[in-house]
Amino acid sequence: MCLGIPGEVLTLDVERPGMATVNVGGARRQVNVMLIEEDGVQPGDWVLIHVGFALAKIDEEEAQLTLSYLEEMGQAYRDELQALAESRID
Amino acid sequence: MGPEGMRFVDEYRDREKAQALAANIATLVEPGRRYGLMEICGGHTHTIYKHGIEDYLPEEVQLVHGPGCPVCVIPMGRVDDAIWIAEQEGVIMTSFGDLLRVPGARGSFLDAKARGADIQMVYSPLDSLRIARSNPDRRVVFMAIGFETTTPSTAMTVLRAAAEGLENFSVFCNHVTIIPALEAILASPDLHIDGFIGPGHVSTVIGCEPYRFIAEKHGRPFVVAGFEPLDILQAIQMLLLQLRDGRSEVENQYTRVVPWEGNQRALQAIDEVMEPRPTFEWRGLGWIPDSAMRIREKYARFDAERVFDVPATRVADPPACQCGEVLRGTIKPWECKVFGTACTPETPIGTCMVSSEGACAAYYNFGRFTRLRVRQAGSA
Repeated sequence: MCLGIPGEVLTLDVERPGMATVNVGGARRQVNVMLIEEDGVQPGDWVLIHVGFALAKIDEEEAQLTLSYLEEMGQAYRDELQALAESRID
Repeated sequence: MGPEGMRFVDEYRDREKAQALAANIATLVEPGRRYGLMEICGGHTHTIYKHGIEDYLPEEVQLVHGPGCPVCVIPMGRVDDAIWIAEQEGVIMTSFGDLLRVPGARGSFLDAKARGADIQMVYSPLDSLRIARSNPDRRVVFMAIGFETTTPSTAMTVLRAAAEGLENFSVFCNHVTIIPALEAILASPDLHIDGFIGPGHVSTVIGCEPYRFIAEKHGRPFVVAGFEPLDILQAIQMLLLQLRDGRSEVENQYTRVVPWEGNQRALQAIDEVMEPRPTFEWRGLGWIPDSAMRIREKYARFDAERVFDVPATRVADPPACQCGEVLRGTIKPWECKVFGTACTPETPIGTCMVSSEGACAAYYNFGRFTRLRVRQAGSA
């Protein structure tokens, strides 16, 4: 729950404003991007996701750093990814 | 991850760079003076143990592990209240997975689930909202927990529920705020803290400005830090430089992610939906004024404490458990009487052993690298 997970924005959802499809660890997930809209979020941007909401835009290098940190967390990160995989945010 | 990404990661793990930083840190330390530096965030605690950061530091520098693990600080009474709500007629209780094993006086969510309560694990409060929509004849409650990294998400979810006119969704709000907890720690007489390693992701939301009182009123340097081993070593170097020069300022080592002003949109969402509680109990730290959030009157129908007649249970922490002293940093995890014997990650007595970011679990999992163990091995 405390883990911020990086994801790459694939598309902004036209029909549901404030939502985006994001690539997180190879899976496509729906994420709420309303809290970073003022930063002008675009496809190709990397974002830091907390419990289904993007809280910050980050660059790709920071995303890779964060991913490697998370992978070292082991089970806690696997649990979080599993929870995210089962999430059906709409 | 591509080779470019790996190279960048390697830079932040580079042993030579770490040793160069360590050598510089050693020059900043006055021999014989003790420097107590508190890392607030459980994520930092995890990195410190995982990478044996203490092994790079001179004896004079003591890292103290702070209260920044939200699972670790939730009092047993709130867990009992949540279980009471879960056991009411027609309720579906939804919770982050981290919380399922946290013990209250009447067991954990998992125990209540085994007794027949409908408790479902969710990744996001938005999942709870979906469950509410698809179960109109049930009352769906979201067990909200966390510091300012998760509070905006709860607030945004309440706003969404209000916009949709949902009538069967409410939040049992346990969100806590880091600043009053730091004030309580600074007021603690048995504690010697010279500076703070500030939380990375919480600061993404609240920014760096709220920490100014720690620097200005309490005269303690404060450096917001990232989660890589070199980030933490660099933050320690920045703290020691301030202490050597007699300065106390707020600095941001983690500019890669943390904007000085935080995320205004997230703060506005919190302020729209929530207000500070007069007081809130923290496990191990006791009652701290203005240290948690509750739902505003305007959104009362989404507030589980108003929707249900919650018993407001108060339970003393288990006597064998020394989580409070660990959270205040007055003892190290391994100095607790039940550490690693009666209390383990599999059968936790205290919350610090439940969460992977709790100081006890982090030490239990990676403790072989710590300075104490190295010394013991050397003298054996």
